[in-house]
Amino acid sequence: MSHRLPSGGRLIDRATTLGFTFNGRRLKGYGGDTLASALLGNDRMLVGRSFKYHRPRGIVASGPEEPNALVGLGQGARFEPNQRATTTDLFADLVAQSQNHWPSLDFDIGALNGLMSRFLSAGFYYKTFIHPRAFWKHLFEPTIRHSAGLGRPTSEPDADRYEHLYAFADVLVIGGGIAGLQAARTAAESGARVMIWEQSAHWGGRAPVDDPDVEGMPPDDWISATLHWLRAQPNVTLRSRTMGAGVYDHGYALGYERVTDHLPGLDAPRHRLWRVRAGRIITATGAIERPLSFAGNDVPGVMLAGAVRDYVVNFGVAPGRRTVIVTNNDDAYRTAITLHSAGLEVAAVIDARARATGDLPQRARSLGIRVMTGRAIARVRGGGRVTGVDICQHTGTGAAGALIACDAVAMSGGWSPVVHLWSHCGGKLIWDAGAALFRPDPARAPTGADGAAFVAAAGAANGVMRGAALLADARAAAAGGDAPAPEPEAITPVWIMPAAAGPGLRAKMWLDFQNDVKVSDVQQAAREGYVSVEHAKRYTTLGMATDQGKLGNINGLAVLSDAQGAPIPDVGTTTFRPPYTPISMGAIAGEARGDVFQPLRRTPMHDWHAAHGADWEPAGQWRRPYCYLRPGEARNDAVAREILAVRGGVGLIDASTLGKIIVKGPDAGRFLDMLYTNMMSNLAPGKCRYGLMCSENGFLIDDGVVARIDEDTWLCHTTTGGADRIHAHMEDWLQCEWFDWRVYTANVTEQFAQIAVAGPKARDLLQALGGLDVSSGALPFMSWAGGRLAGIPLRAYRISFSGELSYELATPAGHGLALWRALVDAGQDLGVIAYGTEAMHVMRAEKGFIMIGDETDGTVIPQDLGLGWAISRKKADYIGKRAQERAHMTDPDRWKLVGLQTLDGSVLPEGAYAVTDARNANGQVVTEGRVTSTCHSPTFDRGIAMGLVRHGPDRMGEVLRFNRVDGTTVEARIVDPCLYDPKGGRQDV
Amino acid sequence: MKRYSAFSIFREALRNNSGWQRAWAAPEPKAQYDIVIVGAGGHGLATAYYLARNHGIANVAVLEKGWLGGGNTGRNTTVIRSNYLQDPSAAIYEKSRSLYETLSQDLNMNIMFSPRGVMMLAQTEHEVRGYKRTAQANALQGVATEFIPPARVRELCPIIRIDGPRYPVLGALWQPRAGTARHDAVAWGYARACSAMGIDIIERCEVTAIRSNAGQVAGVETTRGAISCGKLALVVAGHSGHLAEMAGFRLPIESVALQALVSEPIKPCLDVVVMANTVHGYMSQSDKGEMVIGGGADGYNNYTQRGSFHHVEETVRSLIETFPMLSRLKMLRQWGGIVDMTGDRSPILSKTPLGGCYVNCGWGTGGFKAIPGSGWAMAELLAKGHSPLAEAFGLDRFREGRFIDESVAAGVAH
Ligand SMILES: Cc1cc2nc3c(=O)[nH]c(=O)nc-3n(C[C@H](O)[C@H](O)[C@H](O)COP(=O)(O)OP(=O)(O)OC[C@H]3O[C@@H](n4cnc5c(N)ncnc54)[C@H](O)[C@@H]3O)c2cc1C
Repeated sequence: MSHRLPSGGRLIDRATTLGFTFNGRRLKGYGGDTLASALLGNDRMLVGRSFKYHRPRGIVASGPEEPNALVGLGQGARFEPNQRATTTDLFADLVAQSQNHWPSLDFDIGALNGLMSRFLSAGFYYKTFIHPRAFWKHLFEPTIRHSAGLGRPTSEPDADRYEHLYAFADVLVIGGGIAGLQAARTAAESGARVMIWEQSAHWGGRAPVDDPDVEGMPPDDWISATLHWLRAQPNVTLRSRTMGAGVYDHGYALGYERVTDHLPGLDAPRHRLWRVRAGRIITATGAIERPLSFAGNDVPGVMLAGAVRDYVVNFGVAPGRRTVIVTNNDDAYRTAITLHSAGLEVAAVIDARARATGDLPQRARSLGIRVMTGRAIARVRGGGRVTGVDICQHTGTGAAGALIACDAVAMSGGWSPVVHLWSHCGGKLIWDAGAALFRPDPARAPTGADGAAFVAAAGAANGVMRGAALLADARAAAAGGDAPAPEPEAITPVWIMPAAAGPGLRAKMWLDFQNDVKVSDVQQAAREGYVSVEHAKRYTTLGMATDQGKLGNINGLAVLSDAQGAPIPDVGTTTFRPPYTPISMGAIAGEARGDVFQPLRRTPMHDWHAAHGADWEPAGQWRRPYCYLRPGEARNDAVAREILAVRGGVGLIDASTLGKIIVKGPDAGRFLDMLYTNMMSNLAPGKCRYGLMCSENGFLIDDGVVARIDEDTWLCHTTTGGADRIHAHMEDWLQCEWFDWRVYTANVTEQFAQIAVAGPKARDLLQALGGLDVSSGALPFMSWAGGRLAGIPLRAYRISFSGELSYELATPAGHGLALWRALVDAGQDLGVIAYGTEAMHVMRAEKGFIMIGDETDGTVIPQDLGLGWAISRKKADYIGKRAQERAHMTDPDRWKLVGLQTLDGSVLPEGAYAVTDARNANGQVVTEGRVTSTCHSPTFDRGIAMGLVRHGPDRMGEVLRFNRVDGTTVEARIVDPCLYDPKGGRQDV
Repeated sequence: MKRYSAFSIFREALRNNSGWQRAWAAPEPKAQYDIVIVGAGGHGLATAYYLARNHGIANVAVLEKGWLGGGNTGRNTTVIRSNYLQDPSAAIYEKSRSLYETLSQDLNMNIMFSPRGVMMLAQTEHEVRGYKRTAQANALQGVATEFIPPARVRELCPIIRIDGPRYPVLGALWQPRAGTARHDAVAWGYARACSAMGIDIIERCEVTAIRSNAGQVAGVETTRGAISCGKLALVVAGHSGHLAEMAGFRLPIESVALQALVSEPIKPCLDVVVMANTVHGYMSQSDKGEMVIGGGADGYNNYTQRGSFHHVEETVRSLIETFPMLSRLKMLRQWGGIVDMTGDRSPILSKTPLGGCYVNCGWGTGGFKAIPGSGWAMAELLAKGHSPLAEAFGLDRFREGRFIDESVAAGVAH
């Protein structure tokens, strides 16, 4: 029976009673409890089921290394699966549910797997379910998926919020035990900016449980004195409930602060992710106790010896009334002494060593505790709960001797330093055979850009477990210099118990409690050649559970090395990956979610569009009106109406999203000549020119009109999606190649609102506003002028993308809406309308203008698109020129731009290919062209399309067959791409 | 090779699993082989397998500096699909996918090919057009795909948010026979089958130099001694640049870290693979229950097999937008692999300037799916000097500008 002791518990407040619910039952705990201690206090040892065999699982540990006590926590939009009970602080009305069982925790059908366990040995699924083929997907896999998987998925959107905090530190100390506190103090004394993180709610770590004194003081006094000093320092930041999650290159570290997990309902972020750049990082992350591998070590009631005394000392909870302690070292005797002084019965200490003569064993003996050396546990009795242990000789095969009745077993196989954070960024380890542990190798620490080590380990994390040596080690880690060698640990490695156990027992010794990996599995893996530690891990799944092998990995490694007859360090460890313990996805994402995830960019006229029926289309970070729907109007009808209105009168489109990049400086002309395929340096101020930009590989990447503003300033228009990309492209070339050219660029896209006014009545509309002279004499096609219209300052560019008389008006963003309104008002008599992107697309297709992203796809060069006229032959070079001279680029067989018209007037399917009857060597249909843009043209009242066709321009009038998704084809004739006003008279009036 | 079956498991169980044999032998290297393959990743092992199986050439060694399958083959997110746009890509990936269909039976090892279907979300109008085009192309290439509307997306994947505030789902390119497989088992299965056919797989054997004679390859120096060979195949992914340097030529390859992460396991809730290229994220759920998540590659060259946190942040943030339920799951582990990227993001299967020396690399972020097909084509190339599947992927294409650019259809190519 686990139960609450009548007194004691340094962390709990017996005056505060907290009610909570576990599996629907109301239970009581105290303030300061963890969910695990509260469950134990209520005699709830059985808390879950294992992954593979659905074996009953009890609480094993008291900290983040816990593999078994995983629960579903909370409800609805605040439900979270796989929450560790040992690191969950109890709060009033907490609701928890155990996992991975059906129909109930106590009776789980899945436990039948356990009866079959000998047939479900390591990697069995690789060797079966092979025939018949279809069964894997339809029968075997779904079954396996269902029985695995632990917690239930969340279903509702998260009701909590999260935040990121950025900080710098000269020294970041991870771990707030006495080594961490001392390291922080030493670092702070030197004047450094220090930050220290502790994953739990309490400072001081294990010392108050394990050590009689620290520097002559009771541990709790030493801790509060040190904390008091640290809190008073302006250069020290302390964060508890903050776990060091990962260490990355260049001193970058992540801290995971659980702000309101224990205070639900508080209006604050649930988790806070600290993103810290640190000069040096000290990992004072302590050590984790190892289980021992004996048969039945997974039965609920078998716990780590250190955890047992944690529960007694910290929470006043006893895991059992009569406990057997089993060990290979002196440390576990502390548990015996602790239990004894709490008035609990210690049935025996089973010590695998031939002799136990240290201080602790002697003290235990002097208290009258029975110590049995050279002995081992042959097997644990009991199913859902320990009822006793069979004792045997450790050196033998496990022939059972005496039976000792007990309801708890406290085991200790020694302690392993927590080296995860040391290792994340490449720190290496050395095997200390005497102490039977891996410790950080100071000669092979993670190094920064300067080649110097930026991580140091301190205290137990460095293999220095306690006493004066530990504090000295912490000071040395913080201040540099050498620490005196620690006292050797009194330990004899024991990797399986008893040492000569046969196969029957080895198949009952658990290495990984959650994933159900046993000693026999690792031995079998070795027999099958999975001898590399990574192979063995992946084949058996050892260490791949949610505790990532914190308990089982070293034991498994030792079994593997034994099976190969190779020393442990030759086998090596698996790689330690961030995070140290799992962190929420919510914390990783931070604040940027919902509306502020890639915030929507709005033009100054956005709200006007919304109020006038805009049917939005995402365009990069923007939304643009696809069309403006009138009540009851269908999309297609709206588009047709808009086009006819522009072609017959005048329309407005919000073109503010077009990229606008200022390029300025004495070398700007020269730079633009390299950037564009045509000449820009000789463009006269006041003039505009259409330009093409190619990648280094010759492919067309963007197009737009360039206006020369003055002697050394050009304004480059890019496509809507292209602004940031092209700006980066410019900077890339300026910073990496032509860093000595005097050119400056600025992306002013959002500084201007831009409105295209298009249609035969465009000039009438502008003249109605009054101001700037927009006559063809004053402002001819492909020129621009600055001035005012309706009193609003602007530049007017005479450029056209619709084939109509057209002006683009650019005004400082703050005037955008006013200008738009002025145009709408002044245009009432002219029948002005607003038109959307689709009308623009159709009009440009009617005109045969290409569109980046439709006619181009990263494989098309300007020459393919009949844009040879926009490529200067005079220039010695431009980006992409050399590439365009390569054999394949000049191949006459390249597909070239044409117009396409179905014989029946229908709209060609999007993305359709022109098919032939031939097949290539791989059996694919040989194609000779494809559709790049296709739409219904209201102007011509038929389907029109553009496409790329092999020798296309030479094949006018020929009929091709295009495929449809249903397997049929449709015939279309090759025509000129420009259908509308081929002579250009309408735009140049 | 003792066959695996339900019966063999039963028989072994009765004798405490003591009779299992090594899955693959661990021989000492011989002094000479007809063909030496450097790199025991999936591609190297598959090449060896099809050399023996299709061409009867078994005097072959596969040399591996670490443990086999320990490169990208054992680090990837196992998406298998063939809905590529360009003809040469569709040909080799579809060949590969179809070989995956029967690979468990061919290798007598359950590699858990799970054709659960892959959907690539269209979240902009531009993507809609791109995927419609891909579906058209696929129909002519013999690859079964279709463009599906949002309602069908939700039916196949109930946890998706169709009408997200930022990037609503406008449809998807759906390949029903695409899916995933167990990456380690693919490497182990090929290794075991190779070993059974007499091929030597030599682990912990790093190639340190390449010997040649009058422009013709002669052999390699390794950490386990010199080995001579008639032909040499370099199949080392992120380390291709190094090996090419040893062979005396340069490759148009950049090596960058690509990362992935998994959540803690949960009960099944996602039965398909979903890729969201606009926001650079993709996700599937493993048979253990973990959500397997990947994103784009780091923006700088790197050999460390670990990545920055920043990419993980971006990927997770994007996926939460489309899968809000992710927010309350926890990240269990993140890791990285070094991927070999070419300028056009397509692989290289080619002879090289050194006679008798061939390369197979450049699979970048998406070569797990290609393992069987690439091995098939590479074996043919080594045995016969040419292969229709490999034809378009020669090194010449970079000089001629004959790129096979897939970024056209999708930003990321996993
Ligand atoms: C995070 C991540 C996610 C991915 N996701 C997917 C996905 O979902 N779908 C997909 O299809 N692909 C994916 N990929 C890509 C895929 O993993 C690779 O393209 C593929 O595995 C490459 O296989 P390979 O055999 O060429 O290389 P590798 O598996 O890397 O094998 C190369 C081998 O060569 C060895 N080697 C190197 N140098 C030497 C030497 N000097 N001597 C001897 N041996 C040497 C290495 O140790 C290594 O084992 C992903 C990759 C990563 C990193």
